[in-house]
Amino acid sequence: MSAPFTPAALELDCEAEIARITARMQDIVFNRLRRKGVIVAMSGGVDSSVCAGLAVRAFGPEKVLGLLLPEHESAGTSAELGEVVARQQGITFLTEHIGPALDGLGCYRRRDEAIRHVFPDYTAEWKSKIIIAGGGVAGMTFFKIVVQPPGGELLEKRLPARDYLQIVAATNFKQRIRKNMEYYHADRLHYAVIGTPNRLEYDQGFFVKGGDGLADLKPIAHLYKTQVYQLARHMQLPDAVCNARPTTDTYSLAQTQDEFYFGLPYEKMDVALWCHIHGRPAAELAAAIGITEAAAERAYGDIEAKRRTTAYLHARPVLIDDVPEIGH
Amino acid sequence: MSDIKQELRAYIAENFIVSATASLTDEASLLDSGVVDSTGFIELISFLEEHFGIQVKDEEMVPENLDSIANLEAYVKRKRG
Repeated sequence: MSAPFTPAALELDCEAEIARITARMQDIVFNRLRRKGVIVAMSGGVDSSVCAGLAVRAFGPEKVLGLLLPEHESAGTSAELGEVVARQQGITFLTEHIGPALDGLGCYRRRDEAIRHVFPDYTAEWKSKIIIAGGGVAGMTFFKIVVQPPGGELLEKRLPARDYLQIVAATNFKQRIRKNMEYYHADRLHYAVIGTPNRLEYDQGFFVKGGDGLADLKPIAHLYKTQVYQLARHMQLPDAVCNARPTTDTYSLAQTQDEFYFGLPYEKMDVALWCHIHGRPAAELAAAIGITEAAAERAYGDIEAKRRTTAYLHARPVLIDDVPEIGH
Repeated sequence: MSDIKQELRAYIAENFIVSATASLTDEASLLDSGVVDSTGFIELISFLEEHFGIQVKDEEMVPENLDSIANLEAYVKRKRG
């Protein structure tokens, strides 16, 4: 029988892992993708910052272009931190404000229209976010919209399906327009685009298809979030990056990833996913992260439910017949 | 078959995976059988509220009320009094 989970299971030999990843990145970009360098969109978060650091170690700063892609509702710290990391790593970077493109597409207008179905007094001056609720049973979750008028208190209501879907569809413009801009620069420079999901996001489908899910290589998709933080500290990225809690930076009210999607803080989600992948009983997960066995069973059920629900996001376009000459 | 059950079956057949619905027993879990996913679940709640004119409270979103056709029928009957 395997030894029970301990945090050591998630500890990396950072130097060896960086050497392994960067060697693979060089081979993938130069030999397989046949591109000259890479684009990294830098949000100031730990995932994109670590990817930028890895890219610099793999290709040298002169073959990495950093993009800062703020929109009207980005946290001010995002672009600032992205710039700090780019400067620290010696990366050339460009700022492309995607707010006007999002205005043109009606991103904010379409979202606000759906919010007004629930809060008729809501105006563009209010702030908003979506939070996950329920969760007593895997799959039996629902979403609430939280709004805040200027100077007022937080208000929340459950979202009907059509309004929830319209809000998500509208905000997905943000990730998709960012990706358009990344590929503009990639095409211009004959570069590859780096995708920055960690293992939790990749496994659990926490990305937008054709948005942040789209990339040419994803160098940290095999790493648990706690491991990404280990690499960040090992690479001596700024403290503000190494110590930041992950947020979505998608809604105008601050929103952590666990209140929108995962249901557990990332440290616990890492352990839950590791234990699930390694076939550990729920009782072992419960002991490892201090929850009841029933809650651990629900966490396992939720992991499986999210995999099922988001399989569509990972799927390539489905053909009626195979085209074997193309390889699939 | 009661009207409520018939209307539930018709909605599920029209909005979710039809091939799975035909063989769906009244007691089968909608989530476990893959008929309804998490998005489908919130669509189902909206349907219950709009079609049957009831208000589903947050704390009522549990399998005992919502995770099978039989449970849904009983729940709607209780809510309507």
